[in-house]
Amino acid sequence: MNPIFNQGTSPAHRLILVLCCSVALIFFDHKMASFETARGYLQSLVSPLQYMANAPKQMMTWASENIVIRQQLMEENQNFRESELFFHEQMMQLSIVRQENERLRSLLSSPVRGEIKKMFAEILSVDSDPYSHQVLINRGANDGVYEGQPVLDEKGIVGQILHVGVSSSRVILISDISHAIPVRVQRNGLRLIASGSGQIDRLIHNFVPHSWDVKEGDLLVTSGLGGKYPEGYPVSRVVLVRADESREFATIYSEPVAQIDRLRYMLLLSKDEPAKSTSPLTTKKKSVGKS
Amino acid sequence: MFSNNGFIILLTLLIALMASITPMPLSVDAFRPDWVLIVLVYWCLALPNKVNIFTAWVMGFILDVLLGSVLGVHACAMALSVYIVVVNFQKIRNFSVWQQALIIGVLSAQYHLVVFWLQRFLSDVVFLPNYLYPVITAIVLWPWMFLLLRRVRRHFRIE
Repeated sequence: MNPIFNQGTSPAHRLILVLCCSVALIFFDHKMASFETARGYLQSLVSPLQYMANAPKQMMTWASENIVIRQQLMEENQNFRESELFFHEQMMQLSIVRQENERLRSLLSSPVRGEIKKMFAEILSVDSDPYSHQVLINRGANDGVYEGQPVLDEKGIVGQILHVGVSSSRVILISDISHAIPVRVQRNGLRLIASGSGQIDRLIHNFVPHSWDVKEGDLLVTSGLGGKYPEGYPVSRVVLVRADESREFATIYSEPVAQIDRLRYMLLLSKDEPAKSTSPLTTKKKSVGKS
Repeated sequence: MFSNNGFIILLTLLIALMASITPMPLSVDAFRPDWVLIVLVYWCLALPNKVNIFTAWVMGFILDVLLGSVLGVHACAMALSVYIVVVNFQKIRNFSVWQQALIIGVLSAQYHLVVFWLQRFLSDVVFLPNYLYPVITAIVLWPWMFLLLRRVRRHFRIE
C-alpha cells in the first residue's frame, strides 16, 4: 500500500463522473420513469438482503408467538369463537342482502358487481427513508401481483402496489406525499380527493369549497373513480374542518382508518377478469332488448 | 478490491446495508445511524486505495434500490460525503477519535441535507428537524465502530 504514489484518476475526476451518473439516473428515473422494468429486476436482486435483514424481527415474532401461556391461548380461542359466530350471523344476512341487491340491480339493468379476488400478504419491512412512505410485502410477480393493485388491512385501505419484484413487492401508502386517492363522504356522497401529507396520521383534502357539507367524524370511503381502488372501502375519518372565510377553500384533514403504523397482515385485491364482469351485462342488455 | 481479504470489506458493507434496512419501532427508527456511511468512511480512511468514490456510489445506489427512493439520490449524497473524506484522509487520520466523531457528524449532516435537497427538488417534501437525529447517533457511534473495524482489519490483516 502506497497511496502517495497512487496511480489512477484523481478523486475530483471520479466525483464529477459519479455525479454525472447520478444526475442522469435521477433524470431518467424520475422524469422519464424509464427504469420501471429494471427496478423489478433490481428489486428481486436485492430481495435476499431484505429477507436477511428481516430475519431478526421474524425471530422475535416467532419467539413471542411460541412463548405463550395456555391461559392466553384459551382466552384467545374463546374470543375467536365468539367473533366467528358474529361473522357467521352477518354472513347469512349479507348473502340475502347481496341476492336482493343483485336482483334489484338486474331490474335496473345496471352491471352486477363481480366478486373481488383477494390475496393474503405479510409485511417484510418498512422503509427507513423518511421522505417516502412505503412498505415491502412478501408477494411478487410469482403470486400474480401487478402494479397498481389495491392493498388493505382489516380496517381500511392501506395503499397500492408500486413496484413488483419476483418474490416481493413495494406498496406505496396513502399517506405518502406523492399519493392521492379519490374518496367520497359516506354520509352524503360528496366526492373529495385525499392526498398524502407525508405524515403517517394525516391526509389532506384540497380544493373543497366552504359550502360543502363535511363534518368532523365523517367516514370517507373509496369512490371507485379512477379505476384503481374498488368502491366502498373505508379510507379515513375527518378530524379537522377549518372554515376560514379569508381563505379560498376549506382546510380539511383526515386520519387514515387503517393502522398504517402497525401493519402486519394485508389483503391484496385483484380485479376479476373483464370477460367475467361484462358477460352478465351483455346478456342482460340483450334480454332487456328482447323484452 | 477482492484480492487480499477484500472480501471482508465487502462483508462489512453488506452488514451495514442490512443494518440500515432492518425493521425498527418508529421511535427508534428516527435515530437510525447511517451505517453504510460510517463503514465506508472508516475504510476510506484506512485503505483509500481500495475503497473509493466508486464504491461509495455503488453502495448508495444499492441503498436507493433497497429504500425505494428515486435512483441516484442516495448514491449522489454518499459520493459527495465520501469525496470529502478521500480528499482529506491524511488529515483526518491524525485527529483523535472524538475529533473524528465530530467530522463524521458533519458528514452525516451533509449527507442527510443533500438527500433532503434532492428530494425537495423532485417532490415537495417538507423539512422536519428529526431528519437530522441520525447525526447524533452517528457521532456517538463512531468511536465504537472505529475500534471494532480496526480490530477486524488487524485480525484479518487487510492491507
